[in-house]
Amino acid sequence: MEKSVILEMKDITKRFGKTLANDHINLRLYQGEIHALLGENGAGKSTLMNILLGIYRPNSGEIFYKGKRVSIKSPKHAVELGIGMVHQHFELIPTLSVAENIFLSIGQCKFILNKKNMEETIARYAEKFGLAVDPAAKVWQLSVGEQQRVEIMKLLCRDCEIMILDEPSAVLTPQESKEMFRTLRKMADEGKTVIFISHKMSEVMEHADRITVLKGGKVEDEMLAKDATVERLTKAVVGLRSLEKTVRSPIKENSSLLLEIEHLCVHNDKGIDALKDVSFSLRQGEIFAIAGVAGNGQRELAEALAGLRKVKSGCIRMNGRDITKSNARQRMEMGISFIPEDRLQMGLIPGMNMKQNIILKKFREPEYSRFGFLRNKSIKAVTEKYVETYDIKNGGIELPVSMMSGGNQQKLLVAREIQCDPVLIIAAYPVRGLDIGASEAIHRILMEQRNRGACVLLISEELDEIFDMSDRVAVLCDGKVMGIRNTSETDYDEIGRLMSGETA
Amino acid sequence: MTAFITSICATAIVYAVSILYAAIGEIFSQRAGIMNLGLEGIMLMGAVSGFLVVYHTNSLMLAILVVILVGALLGLAFAFLTITLRADQTVCGMAFMIFGSGLSGFIGKNVTGIASSVKFEKINIPILSDIPVLGDIFFKHDLLVYMMYIIVPLSMFYIYRTRPGMILRALGENPAAVDAAGINVFALRYWYVIFGCAMTAISGVCISLSYTNFWNEGMTGGKGWIAFSLVAFSGWNPARAALGALLFGAISIIGINMQIYLPGIPSQFYGMLPYIATVVALIITTGSFRKKHTEEPAALCQRYDREVR
Amino acid sequence: MDIGAIQIEKKQVVPLINKILNPIIFVLLGLAFGSIMIIAVGFNPITVYSKMISYSFFRLRGISGSIKAGLPLMLCGLSVSVAFKMNLNNIGAEGQYAMGAILGGWFALFGPEMPIMLKLIVMFLLCAAGGALWAMIAAALKAYWNVNETIVTLMLNYVALLFLDYLCYGPWMAKKQTTAISESIPKGMHLPDIGNTGINAGILIAVLIAVFLYIYLRMTTAGYQMEVIRNSRKTAEYAGINVRKHILMVLGLSGAIAGLAGFVQVTGVVHRVQAQLPGGSGYTGIVIAYLSQFNPIAVIIVSILFGGLVNSCAAVQIMGVPSQIATMLQGSIMIFVIAGEFFNHYKVSFNSAKRDRYYKIDRNQHKEIEGVKQ
Repeated sequence: MEKSVILEMKDITKRFGKTLANDHINLRLYQGEIHALLGENGAGKSTLMNILLGIYRPNSGEIFYKGKRVSIKSPKHAVELGIGMVHQHFELIPTLSVAENIFLSIGQCKFILNKKNMEETIARYAEKFGLAVDPAAKVWQLSVGEQQRVEIMKLLCRDCEIMILDEPSAVLTPQESKEMFRTLRKMADEGKTVIFISHKMSEVMEHADRITVLKGGKVEDEMLAKDATVERLTKAVVGLRSLEKTVRSPIKENSSLLLEIEHLCVHNDKGIDALKDVSFSLRQGEIFAIAGVAGNGQRELAEALAGLRKVKSGCIRMNGRDITKSNARQRMEMGISFIPEDRLQMGLIPGMNMKQNIILKKFREPEYSRFGFLRNKSIKAVTEKYVETYDIKNGGIELPVSMMSGGNQQKLLVAREIQCDPVLIIAAYPVRGLDIGASEAIHRILMEQRNRGACVLLISEELDEIFDMSDRVAVLCDGKVMGIRNTSETDYDEIGRLMSGETA
Repeated sequence: MTAFITSICATAIVYAVSILYAAIGEIFSQRAGIMNLGLEGIMLMGAVSGFLVVYHTNSLMLAILVVILVGALLGLAFAFLTITLRADQTVCGMAFMIFGSGLSGFIGKNVTGIASSVKFEKINIPILSDIPVLGDIFFKHDLLVYMMYIIVPLSMFYIYRTRPGMILRALGENPAAVDAAGINVFALRYWYVIFGCAMTAISGVCISLSYTNFWNEGMTGGKGWIAFSLVAFSGWNPARAALGALLFGAISIIGINMQIYLPGIPSQFYGMLPYIATVVALIITTGSFRKKHTEEPAALCQRYDREVR
Repeated sequence: MDIGAIQIEKKQVVPLINKILNPIIFVLLGLAFGSIMIIAVGFNPITVYSKMISYSFFRLRGISGSIKAGLPLMLCGLSVSVAFKMNLNNIGAEGQYAMGAILGGWFALFGPEMPIMLKLIVMFLLCAAGGALWAMIAAALKAYWNVNETIVTLMLNYVALLFLDYLCYGPWMAKKQTTAISESIPKGMHLPDIGNTGINAGILIAVLIAVFLYIYLRMTTAGYQMEVIRNSRKTAEYAGINVRKHILMVLGLSGAIAGLAGFVQVTGVVHRVQAQLPGGSGYTGIVIAYLSQFNPIAVIIVSILFGGLVNSCAAVQIMGVPSQIATMLQGSIMIFVIAGEFFNHYKVSFNSAKRDRYYKIDRNQHKEIEGVKQ
């Protein structure tokens, strides 16, 4: 069946200050297709969608909707055109019922609410699209998958033609994911056009009709799903290995076992298993990478190892001693450092200055406090030492950290975490969102730590980084370890396949 | 005996009404996400303004209009400070409480203790007031009480059965979602705060022109705080607030009278009951051990800023 | 955010000059508003204000009177500052003050015989304990069950005040008295004045506590941890800080200081326990804490000013000005200063160029934008 083009974005460019978020992007959407938008964080996917939603206006380029040139002036205009999005963070009111939530967003109910009518209308729509929702249920009672269905219903009830979903499977269990994609296929069959943003290669290949890969603001590749291979996608998303190899001293023979993780089961915030029966061990003096698409349990693993998340079952042993029940502070004292992925939400306090951030974990130590009093002189001294050693550019150590650039903030965070010569450094996406210069500096620091004899647990999505930096790599997919390899004995292809769910 | 119970019930209703106006007003305000701790001050301003108008013009009609206007103006100021200027709601509420108490005493100095010749007179509703017992309890009150008979069910209907009421419920839980639906969060909050303060002012005039007919500094005697506690106690529900108000009223009156019958328990302990009851109710309805979703509006007391997260 | 052509942006750093100048300007505006009210009741604001200032601040007696009136305000202000510094809305200073007075007063009136100095010290500790324990009720509810501490502390105020009422009208009521006051506390337990300045020694307690707090908050690890918690509970937990313990500690400390207001008032000013002892100081304390921007040293100064304000009512009452002028001015000043705070935190600019209308609805998008903007 010949599908017609419903939307065409030609040469779209969007600039934020000096950064080029979208660089002459061309995108073509056919009616009734499921189109996947693939790419790393910062590749420009969200920006592009925001342009479609009327949140941003492109600096240049044109949009053609159903053959006619349009300029999407505002979110309201986008809604009128029939373009809508399901965000990762749902916009639902927990205390209202499903029907009430939907009517709230589409704004079409009478002054006096007729509960029965509303629920019947929703039930009818739900049946038409094959979505199982209970119109009378209160949203706080629903599971995440069901809540997402309500969000999708909102779009459908607005007679949305183009539905955009932002990382839809990020919050779902595999079964719920399957359900959801089945639903999306049904929408597509009914004539709706679906765009979903993802960076999970496996689901993109399985569920999309066509795939567009964005990289660095440009369209890197575009293909039919049936023509896609992991290799081709990986090459497009990550690119060829181009970075200089950082100096790495060979692994010591028979280096001792540092940490043993046995049959670890950890829950995520919603009470679902994020890690299922994970086992591996870490040695001194190595960089051990955890590869895998974000959302497969990496955050929970990092937090569990740092002592910030309770372990449901399983055991963590350090140098033979069981430390599973120890808390964050005890782990810090054991020499475990944690560089969290949420730089500003967890790792640093943006409103406080550099000195205050540097002592965040160390303030109890005699060097920085005596009889409960902070030793300002030594704190200032160590701050200045950091600034010099790591070349942390700042406007002044008395100014809040929020005024520093992302790269320098990260340098500060990393410097702080390695300060006490830790034995284990958990680094979650340490160079995410940083420019090349800052990235290289951070990598150099981590490599120095490894050479010194510490173990670095590097959680990353970028195969470049993993292959350059790490000695061994484990792939996490859906909370399970798919395989562990020495990086010298494997390649992008194998890791990519493991990441997409193929078993070792 | 019947006469005794009848009179207690009737007095309880009068007491209840005098705090219900404020309580219901504050329920609307808090459901929209704004907590106003200044109820006591606004009530006093309502009481003194109404009294002054009647004192100078002998017109109840005008008095009510002025009272509503005064309440609305105070509400506008409070809304401006907390919504547009994003001031801290707790501190702002305290300021209004102190300001209202002070200003009311200040401008009411000259008319302190003087009895007003005009007040809200009791009207016996024909036929209904002749019903034995029930007639005496419910149908021999003044206009303000009868208005409340309508306002309570009307509020319930508005909040739970109408579209704007649904939006209100959403507003206090997740203003971002309401904003995303294209509804003007700021404007709505302004309206509800203004409404809440106007109602609170009416509560004040219940005391100076209905319950009694004179003005005295601080005559609300803490009723503003009882009204505030009623909001939390009732789980932000007007019907439950009405029941709670009657309960608080009954307890307070019984407390005064019980001195004679049960001299062992001092009246102050009866006075404590509404407050303790509120704390207990708050624990039950909002404590984090609950499996059910908490009843407290999730966005209560939080500034809504589109940009800042 | 745009309102038409007006743009509002949150400021990152507040310059010191703003922090000092801003409140002063708005206090003056508050006084200006007050003068409108004064004119409305038929008096000349300039005469009224000048009389008030000269009465309270230009004579030694006036100053000592201002300090005396300001004593409980200082302690309540300090109490509230501590709690607010960690974003805990303790509006229960009034009740904690009362409870402190009750516990300490009980001991002073009915406690066992012991050397006077010792008795005074024990009473001091009991007053602090009374306030602390009362505050910890709300603290525990907040720490363990996340119950709104604003409402709980408020409700407990009335429970405490009613209890005080009961005691003073009932079992503690002094013989031959008709008002709700207790017997006087033993003569030796009166807090003396300093030399013959007429300034009560209680001020030393207040100043010491203020200095202690200043040091505690600024220079100790405990104060540092409090600031971390205030900024981000998540980061505090990441840093291994026990947040629950701190909630209990801070509210306990806050209550203890409010309880000491009871100590100072009972031993230094009224020399007995009476109903309505706090008399609204707990609430005024909140106003003072806010005006002082929660800085302990500023609290002392502002409290003396407020004390002077309260004191000077006597002077203008003779003229016929209603005594409520003090409360009215307090409220008016506070409202204007609150309004003025806005300018400390936000920058307003007028932008005539049509800007890209956009709003960030989603945390994810916000983060992505941050990354792009490097």
